[in-house]
Amino acid sequence: MQFKSMVLSNVEVSPSYFRLRMTAPPTISGSQPGQFVMVRVNPAIDPLLRRPFGVFDLGTFETAYTDCGRQSFLEILYKVVGKGTALLSDLHQGDHLDILGPLGKGFTFGEPAGEKLLVGGGVGLAPLYYLAKELVKGSKVNLFAGGRNKDDVLCITEFERLGVETYVATDDGTLGTRGLVTEVFEQQLAKAGPNAMIFACGPFPMLQAVALLAEKYQVPCQVSLEAYMACGVGACLGCVVKGKNHSDSTPDYRCVCKDGPVFDSKDLLWS
Amino acid sequence: MTTPNLSVEIAGIKLRNPVMTASGTFGYGAEFAPYMSLEKIGAIVTKGLSMKPKAGNPTPRIVETPGGMLNAIGLQNVGIEAFKAEKVPFLRTIATPVIVNLYGNTLEEYGELTEIIDTIPEVAGIEVNISCPNVKQGGIVFGTDPKAAFEVVSLVRESTLKPVIVKLSPNVTDVVVMAQACVDAGADALSLINTLTGMAIDLQKRRPILANITGGLSGPAIKPVALRMVWQVAKAVQVPLIGIGGIMTATDALEFILAGATAVQVGTANFLDPSAAATIAAGIEEWLVANGVSDIRDLIGALKTDR
Ligand SMILES: Cc1cc2nc3c(=O)[nH]c(=O)nc-3n(C[C@H](O)[C@H](O)[C@H](O)COP(=O)(O)OP(=O)(O)OC[C@H]3O[C@@H](n4cnc5c(N)ncnc54)[C@H](O)[C@@H]3O)c2cc1C
Ligand SMILES: Cc1cc2nc3c(=O)[nH]c(=O)nc-3n(C[C@H](O)[C@H](O)[C@H](O)COP(=O)(O)O)c2cc1C
Ligand code: FES
Repeated sequence: MQFKSMVLSNVEVSPSYFRLRMTAPPTISGSQPGQFVMVRVNPAIDPLLRRPFGVFDLGTFETAYTDCGRQSFLEILYKVVGKGTALLSDLHQGDHLDILGPLGKGFTFGEPAGEKLLVGGGVGLAPLYYLAKELVKGSKVNLFAGGRNKDDVLCITEFERLGVETYVATDDGTLGTRGLVTEVFEQQLAKAGPNAMIFACGPFPMLQAVALLAEKYQVPCQVSLEAYMACGVGACLGCVVKGKNHSDSTPDYRCVCKDGPVFDSKDLLWS
Repeated sequence: MTTPNLSVEIAGIKLRNPVMTASGTFGYGAEFAPYMSLEKIGAIVTKGLSMKPKAGNPTPRIVETPGGMLNAIGLQNVGIEAFKAEKVPFLRTIATPVIVNLYGNTLEEYGELTEIIDTIPEVAGIEVNISCPNVKQGGIVFGTDPKAAFEVVSLVRESTLKPVIVKLSPNVTDVVVMAQACVDAGADALSLINTLTGMAIDLQKRRPILANITGGLSGPAIKPVALRMVWQVAKAVQVPLIGIGGIMTATDALEFILAGATAVQVGTANFLDPSAAATIAAGIEEWLVANGVSDIRDLIGALKTDR
């Protein structure tokens, strides 16, 4: 689906992290957690390509004009890292955007009875919020959030408001425990019940560590990956990652945009 | 004014309008069906096919540059068998001509592949990619050496009854010499241009950004080069030309037609807007109406260069 959308709000929630809420067609409610949208940050040719962002939240709001009734919104959580995200951060209420999505394969929820362990680093928390919102309807959800310092740990209160139990770790100890989030995570993973499931999104080294732990404790694990993307629909083959059977002689590449961005950690090559 | 005529013909392939999609930027067609009625464009050119499936290059494979992008996909594709089994059934359902872009690792492979494609009725024509940087015998020799180009095009021409379009590389000193060699070898049409070899560097890491070090530059940044090459080749050969390079709008497409192209291919623009090709086709029609041109063919090569 491709749609024109209007900015409802664009708020800096932590230094260089923004939450951008925009209008969306009602069909957006069919998105699965873990899917993403491709945003054209301006109509000019610089930056040329769209930028991918996970769906952070979806919902409806009451419009000022009663005859319009409730309207759908889509929200993304983004970090300003370069040209495109800097342009996004300059948008104001009433500005327009061109959106493609929802795209890709999202998370599989698993049995409601099992405990759900969410692991996120920095802006990797973005898709986990919408996921948590769905999972809390039937399951116990724990969140493990990591970052370099307290400014990288986002929207924890929002997760807590959903009823999610949160564990935080920062490299410098400015929030939660000092150290890697995977250390806190392992302590809980060791205690997790039989039907537990892991959902992770964040920097590659973090996902790598989580995938290893999942293997060690024999817990199913889904990871959401990032890659440079051009088309977002499986046409350019620019966004591939190595699949589990990959070797130089028998390459096995998977498209992050179409086969993912969410993968079973067992399907990928982590070394 | 009545609706203008937008239809053109490339080597016997009838196109309802002159807008095609460029190889490697439109998958095998099905990827874009959710976003656009494929019946709105003139033809679809598929991702470059080889005999065996090809995995492509290590990542990162793409990077954006001002007004363009570099790609080093490495011609990843499903191979001819999977193409027949998995892609052709969809292509059978659409009423738009499909042109298969192909390349071989050796001269013989070009011939064998062409013979197989010749037997697929759903394929309207063949576009021969001789600008692939991964071929044996000194790399892109087929696309940069007129003798080698003559040989490979002759072989392809002998191996099929379908129209043969040869896609030229811009990475040559004199594109006219290459064009001439391909026409002499029996090419029914020429498409130009493929990507320009380029490079991007990460200063902090002091490393090239692409794993392959260099990549192919596409997008608006290459349009002036492409226009110039189409214009030069149009003056030198008699076969129809397909203009490619940075076409984002109907205006861009019409400029290529004025320069001498009979049709155009839209590449990188598909990534920005999956319905770009249809929008460009509609825009061409609007322009013709607004400017009182009743037939697109009146514009082909109609560029005035006198002062
Ligand atoms: C499926 C998917 C979901 C994503 N979800 C989010 C999200 O919810 N929130 C968010 O803030 N970011 C997300 N990203 C990353 C986001 O797309 C990039 O940060 C963004 O494209 C950078 O654009 P830019 O123009 O600001 O940076 P550029 O100027 O293009 O690049 C600046 C730097 O940003 C990094 N970068 C650029 N593109 C990417 C990319 N595609 N992936 C990773 N790093 C990149 C590189 O280190 C680069 O050097 C997601 C990426 C993918 C593939
Ligand atoms: C990601 C990507 C993949 C491509 N793959 C092929 C290919 O398989 N075969 C080919 O002949 N050209 C390929 N091309 C070149 C395009 O067909 C086209 O010639 C080029 O991109 C210039 O047009 P543009 O500026 O409109 O994109 C590819 C281009 C891109 C960007
Ligand atoms: S971004 Fe084009 S194939 Fe994934």
